[in-house]
Amino acid sequence: MAEPESSTAAAGAGGSRLRNAFGGVLCAFTLLLIGVLAFSIRLFSVIKYESVIHEFDPYFNYRVTQFLSKNGIYEFWNWFDDRTWYPLGRVIGGTVYPGLTLTAGTIWWFVNSLNIPLSVETVCVFTAPIFSANASWATYLLTKEAKGTGAGLMAAAILAMVPSYISRSVAGSYDNEAVAIFALIFTFYLYVKTLNTGSLFYATLNALSYFYMVCSWGGYTFIINLIPMHVLLCIVTGRYSSRLYIAYAPLVILGTLLAALVPVVGFNAVMTSEHFASFLVFIILHVVALVYYIKGLLTPRLFKVAMTLVISVGLAVCFAVVAILVALVASSPTKGWSGRSLSLLDPTYASKYIPIIASVSEHQPPTWPSYFMDINVLAFLVPAGIISCFLPLSDASSFVVLYLVTAVYFSGVMVRLMLVLAPAACILSGIALSEAFNVLTRSIKCQLAKLFDDSPAASGDSSAESSSASTASANSAKNENRSEKNETAPKEKPSKKNRKKEKEVTESVPAKHKKEKKLLVLPMEASVMGILLLIVLGGFYVVHCVWAAAEAYSAPSIVLTSRSREGLHVFDDFREAYAWLSHNTDVDDKVASWWDYGYQTTAMANRTVIVDNNTWNNTHIATVGTAMSSPEKAAWEIFNSLDVKYVLVVFGGLVGYPSDDINKFLWMVRIGGGVFPHIKEPDYLRDGNYRVDAQATPTMLNCLMYKLCYYRFVETDGKGFDRVRGYEIGKKHFKLTHFEEVFTTHHWMVRIYKLKPQKNRVRGKLKKLKSGSKTSSTIAAGRKKNPWQ
Amino acid sequence: MPSTIDRIYLKLPSLYPFTLLHLAPLRTSLVERRRIEETGRDSGGGDIGDLPFLLISGYDKILRMPRATSDAKLLIQSLGKAYAATPTNLKIIDLYVVFAVATALIQVVYMGIVGSFPFNSFLSGILSCIGTAVLAVCLRIQVNKDNKEFKDLPPERAFADFVLCNLVLHLVIMNFLG
Repeated sequence: MAEPESSTAAAGAGGSRLRNAFGGVLCAFTLLLIGVLAFSIRLFSVIKYESVIHEFDPYFNYRVTQFLSKNGIYEFWNWFDDRTWYPLGRVIGGTVYPGLTLTAGTIWWFVNSLNIPLSVETVCVFTAPIFSANASWATYLLTKEAKGTGAGLMAAAILAMVPSYISRSVAGSYDNEAVAIFALIFTFYLYVKTLNTGSLFYATLNALSYFYMVCSWGGYTFIINLIPMHVLLCIVTGRYSSRLYIAYAPLVILGTLLAALVPVVGFNAVMTSEHFASFLVFIILHVVALVYYIKGLLTPRLFKVAMTLVISVGLAVCFAVVAILVALVASSPTKGWSGRSLSLLDPTYASKYIPIIASVSEHQPPTWPSYFMDINVLAFLVPAGIISCFLPLSDASSFVVLYLVTAVYFSGVMVRLMLVLAPAACILSGIALSEAFNVLTRSIKCQLAKLFDDSPAASGDSSAESSSASTASANSAKNENRSEKNETAPKEKPSKKNRKKEKEVTESVPAKHKKEKKLLVLPMEASVMGILLLIVLGGFYVVHCVWAAAEAYSAPSIVLTSRSREGLHVFDDFREAYAWLSHNTDVDDKVASWWDYGYQTTAMANRTVIVDNNTWNNTHIATVGTAMSSPEKAAWEIFNSLDVKYVLVVFGGLVGYPSDDINKFLWMVRIGGGVFPHIKEPDYLRDGNYRVDAQATPTMLNCLMYKLCYYRFVETDGKGFDRVRGYEIGKKHFKLTHFEEVFTTHHWMVRIYKLKPQKNRVRGKLKKLKSGSKTSSTIAAGRKKNPWQ
Repeated sequence: MPSTIDRIYLKLPSLYPFTLLHLAPLRTSLVERRRIEETGRDSGGGDIGDLPFLLISGYDKILRMPRATSDAKLLIQSLGKAYAATPTNLKIIDLYVVFAVATALIQVVYMGIVGSFPFNSFLSGILSCIGTAVLAVCLRIQVNKDNKEFKDLPPERAFADFVLCNLVLHLVIMNFLG
């Protein structure tokens, strides 16, 4: 009896090695497929439109990358840009997060050094899909640390498709989040890996990955606050271990240093309140470590004495230090926090104090449907994942739960931060689905084994096999998990995997340690129905993700399309206007527009602008806003003082484009009125309503924005019907005295005006002094009216 | 009956606890009762409500503060003894940690004297000292044989990790020093 057992044991060991190898290859292949999926689902915009950079912010990043590729890294690091925020300029080297541009620049340089002639634009457009593939691999690694390989594959597959992440990383969306989300997940993975293994090597890698995250995005403050929170949670729940010290303490020191290296952050790394949490927890961790060390050295009674001594002294010192700190922080009006962080902690802060932050649509709180749109099915898989994380609770799973809870809070404050929620939701849903599949397939396995047991045609062999199968059902979790992981990975071929798994089960040798664990076993029909329904749920999720990627999130917003009976209309007005500017104006001409279009103007038209999307100088923006809200003469004075030659407005009334300047006009009034008190918002509203028809106030009908948008508009249809607002405009026939129209695009979406030069003779004054002599009258006229005041 | 010694003790109550160690038995209840009558408080721990207690249980409450000091002495002694039992290599690492922290303190004092103008230099100096201290503590944790979590980590690997992390740290420091 011993001989066949040892041979079967040897065969079993060989079989398990083969199964291990097969599982590893399958896992790698699945990961490759997931990467390809993540890359290809983001290519809809390239297919439907063209390989073009989207929106506004990516144009700035593209321009910076162009500069980097042309002039090298030293010039980039010290670049002072004088073509924006005229006449102030902007220190690009010190105010931009360099991670994205350096990444794309490195890829471009590397690819070109291999003599593959990719242009900078192509590299920029496709950076985001490449890094989303990297992000799904990082999610696999992170979830594997928390729960296991099966959950990891599931989470990676879900993250590859989640619409919230797709919205910020389509091909062409060349923005910070494209690489920052990858850096975020990878940093979390390295932290959890260090926590699990206690290796200083991974701690070093963790600090370097955190450095990459600081380079990439302002959202790095989330990491440097979440990790201390988790450390505190571990200490408070009694899970302190020396691995926690190794995971956290080097990260704080190295991370602070590396963060201070990035010019944007600089000394903020040690002086702003966003980082104080990490220092505080650093001190607390050292105190706790010291306590544990001394506890190990002393007897319990002496330890109690030591504690009383230390507590009385330590509390006094703590009090003093905290009092000093609080006094220092409270003396600054924002308590040391930056405006953006404050608006996260207190959602009403921005609307009260910083209208620019409040005016961005991305900074508004999300609506309930947007949760379902952005994370779909995951919204109700996440609670199941939370429960699964608690059985059993480990450091890594507690970290994932904490990450999710904080991400949910922040996503509720700003719709833009749904992006930070997406990876957490994917991880937890992956865990939930993987556990569900575990339970259901285990039930099927047991039920099938019982069926074989009960079948009358049971020979000795089959009975031995079935007994081994039933003992295999009480195996250690390792064997089961492996076979189930092979099973859960590719959803498209479930039946084939089932058959293969059953073959493996009946061939497997009973495990060395037969734990009599009471495993949950459901009836056969219920488990089969359960698996089928879960697969259908996954199908719904996939369908929704593909629809969202194709229809909702692939619009480049620089090119618009609309379908009508005659086919597809393409509105390429923006690029038409920028091309006109770049061909028909001088290189040094200044263009004034609202700050939304600044980046695009500098990147595509290559002209100097007054304000752009960086919005770092509120007064400058308020100046432009005041000019747009003033009557023609006052606006001309303001623009002339800024050396402006051309004014650009966006107008959607002819074609029904709703995000035009007339709809944004109230924000111009508010921001201008915040700095220049003579602009009062009620002056532009009739009974609290914002109107531009015949009921509008005279201030509204005379302001520059109205005149520039609706000049000659009545010539289009004779009545001046505004398709966006839905009524006829108020003032239809008027002439411009201080501006002249130089260009209007094909669909009237962008209109460019030139400032008329100052008149040589002032005819109005001459009329009054008709009685006097000619020379004296001209001299008097010249003296009386100084055009430069 | 008050003797000269009693009068001295009454006038200089702060000396009182330290002498009790060898003049303990007879002195206490009489003088202590008088002190309680005068000040309403006794010398260490307890309050006037403990008066019957004091008389009955004698030395316990009265001796608490000197007991505290003797306890403190005992504490320090046992700490010293337990620490002396640690292996030599760990003691070397501890010495290194103490040296690094002392250097950091010296730098803070220097900054207090001359001001923090090149703030990046100050920051990099302080953080390099604290950083090497932290990394040395991590090395000590990993090399300590009493630590069961790291029993299958070879000390050479721990030292190699320590060197690598220090390399990265000092590279950053050198860059940031300015």
